[in-house]
Amino acid sequence: MMTEISLNILDIAQNSVRAGAKLIKICVYADRKKDKLTVIIEDNGSGMTKEQLESVTDPFFTTRTTRKVGLGVSFYKLAAENTGGTFRIDSEFGKGTTVEAVFGLSHIDRMPLGDITATIHSLIILNQNIDFIYIYQFDEKSFTVDTREFSAVLGDVPFDTPEVSKFIHDYLSENKTEVDGGVIL
Amino acid sequence: MKSLAELKAIKDKMQNQVGVRLENECGTRIVVGMATCGIAAGARPVLNAFVNGVADKKLENITVTQTGCIGLCQYEPIVEIHEPGKEKVTYAKMTAEKAMEVIEQHLVRGQVVKEYLIDLK
Repeated sequence: MMTEISLNILDIAQNSVRAGAKLIKICVYADRKKDKLTVIIEDNGSGMTKEQLESVTDPFFTTRTTRKVGLGVSFYKLAAENTGGTFRIDSEFGKGTTVEAVFGLSHIDRMPLGDITATIHSLIILNQNIDFIYIYQFDEKSFTVDTREFSAVLGDVPFDTPEVSKFIHDYLSENKTEVDGGVIL
Repeated sequence: MKSLAELKAIKDKMQNQVGVRLENECGTRIVVGMATCGIAAGARPVLNAFVNGVADKKLENITVTQTGCIGLCQYEPIVEIHEPGKEKVTYAKMTAEKAMEVIEQHLVRGQVVKEYLIDLK
């Protein structure tokens, strides 16, 4: 079982990676007035057929051939619904998939967001052939990272070059603190 | 606050060294299992430890990559080390601390850390 929402995000985003997405957009919105934490993961990968979409939250459905269970999406859905939240997947075959999970922010069963910076950093460093847009919003304040801006500056210098990797990590971490003032979600 | 101008400075500094990186195709690969089972078992801190450790030790010709579930979920987090001309080495039930030791012993000194090897018995 996952212990952080950010681990679920990493897991769900891996599905976008495997779906051959060229662009993955990850949004994390915390709204204390509405008492909601909304996470949206959107990709332009292969998408799912209607049949796949219907079975995707069934733990005994998977497209894998090595074993017969697929727990990632099921875990995530349950984690959101357990907090009085909602869960939705929209997908169109050949176009892409959007996964939206809404958590009750102050609900006692909501797992912590956890190290979202590590999740986004790992995704960016490990999938340099994929562009990422990451939006982190806390109440009224937000920041956006678009890795295409990094690529435009860097040219052919890879993201996993130690100095660049560290820059991306610090960039994510410092902007996050700027937005949420260090509040632990 | 970090700005893209700072990234530009890093790029300008790196420019001359790009040639070194291109040889990576034939270098060592560290492969971390990042499927649901791996992530749930703690693969993310292990991955970060390898990425940061390799950078901190300034180890060259090593790339850190990910893979999916290889069907041995109970041994996750699993890390495979692929070195050119050598047999693949598989470590099981890894942690960030064990990762640091593997970097120090295996990648720097060339000594496989036997007690962390996967035991399929």
